Amino acid sequence: MARSNKPMVWSLFAAGGTVAAFVMPVLMLLTIMAGYGQLTDSLGYEGMKSFASGWMGKLFLLVVIVTCLWHAAHRARTALHGLGLRADKAVAVIGYGIASLGSLLAVFYLLRI
Amino acid sequence: MSRKPYVREISHTTWYLARRRDLLHMAQEVTSLFIGIYTIMLLWGVKALSEGPGAYQVFLDALGSPLVIAFNWITFVIMLYHSISWFSVTPKAMPVQIGEEFLPGGIIAAGHYIAWVVVSAVIYYLAGGFNG
Amino acid sequence: MTQRTVELSILRYRPEEDDKPWFQTYQVPCDEDWVVLDAINYVKDHLDGSLSYRWSCHMAVCGSCSMMINGDPALSCKTFIRDLPEGPVRIEPLANFPIERDLVVVMDDFMEKLQRVKPYLIRSTEKPLEEGQHLQSPAELKKFKQYTLCINCACCYSACPQYALIPEFIGPAALTLAHRYNQDSRDQGRDEREDVVASNEGIWDCSFAGACSDVCPKHVDPASAVQQMKIASTVDWFMRRLGLGGGKS
Ligand code: SF4
Ligand code: SF4
Ligand code: FES
Repeated sequence: MARSNKPMVWSLFAAGGTVAAFVMPVLMLLTIMAGYGQLTDSLGYEGMKSFASGWMGKLFLLVVIVTCLWHAAHRARTALHGLGLRADKAVAVIGYGIASLGSLLAVFYLLRI
Repeated sequence: MSRKPYVREISHTTWYLARRRDLLHMAQEVTSLFIGIYTIMLLWGVKALSEGPGAYQVFLDALGSPLVIAFNWITFVIMLYHSISWFSVTPKAMPVQIGEEFLPGGIIAAGHYIAWVVVSAVIYYLAGGFNG
Repeated sequence: MTQRTVELSILRYRPEEDDKPWFQTYQVPCDEDWVVLDAINYVKDHLDGSLSYRWSCHMAVCGSCSMMINGDPALSCKTFIRDLPEGPVRIEPLANFPIERDLVVVMDDFMEKLQRVKPYLIRSTEKPLEEGQHLQSPAELKKFKQYTLCINCACCYSACPQYALIPEFIGPAALTLAHRYNQDSRDQGRDEREDVVASNEGIWDCSFAGACSDVCPKHVDPASAVQQMKIASTVDWFMRRLGLGGGKS
């Protein structure tokens, strides 16, 4: 039997799950605060701009976005299979396609900041 | 004597409803959809940031819409569930052997929970949450 | 000793007469310290000699008495009646396996999968006899001891949602058995086993639901073994791409 190429997406899935577990709840909390208008200086335009201008900030945002997108795409594939959707190939192409596109866009936008 | 084995069919669309364990697992899988949607929201924020103050303000205004706030609250709870369940199974994937004995899984999980709190506090601090 | 009458609701299937399985109920006077298997034996001895089921050791060693008890796979010789909720006890043959007769299931698929992972020590170089035995330290033994406790009861296959949905999936116990040998310091066969273990039908079909570990009567923790192999196989995959070994593709 041939060895699978799943390690490629699985590693991103696992990395994304870990990244999401560590940072998503607090990011959500900040997003919700921003939604209520409780905007700190750091989350305002200038604050975020200077954060995302540094390579540390760029790297942080890139890692969060890329790994979490792939985590979601890969796990959604299993979930949809579990929910009875048998079009696994199509789900994989669409899900991984969105994740790839999102990853490229993230690089593109971050480089423009 | 002839054989006639009987195969019990399972429903491919509702099997996880029968048992609590399977339902919880399916719930964990579904957290991924929320992670995905929120990540796309983050990506949108980065896009807005790259386009200047005006675009960023539009993004912030959108975050304030009741629909988005409601989605974010739900997602927040789902994220907590994801974090807790993810760290609770980490020791299974990465057992640690020191000398002869394996470290009890509870200790590895506890280490992750503590790190989680620290990371969250640092991010919250850096985002100015404590003096806002 | 206190007795209590318990209603057993047992799924029957007699291939000669039945087109599909049906439930038959029995009233069984159970002793305080009885396990489910005792109650089934009572049925067989006193109420209905036609009931078929498997058992041998009555002490959680042989692995043959597994069945669904109130919807969960378990060893009937290890499940005390007093620990079950009041009311009728529902007993069915192991889920995810075809029913041969009554509580007896067809285990061919499980047996075949156990063999597929080459569950024996493989050496690429045989050490000459005069050099003595392969010594193993207690720490090296600890690395796989837990995985040797499997009694092949197949409860994990019965609980595994992925095996239910994907019959080709190698499944928890067989993959864990592969891990048991991979982790053995005397073994050199990991690369050979990876052909099965790291295929799509191997570890990658597992969604880490953890159901297998929840139900395993011997605390083997198959979910843990499978996750460890996913990580190791992922490292292999990247090493191979980087031209740093990691076995063949
Ligand atoms: S952890 Fe994997 S092998 Fe175990 S029950 Fe879940 S899907 Fe099956
Ligand atoms: S791993 Fe546990 S549940 Fe699975 S066959 Fe072995 S003893 Fe039974
Ligand atoms: S009869 Fe042997 S394990 Fe139950």
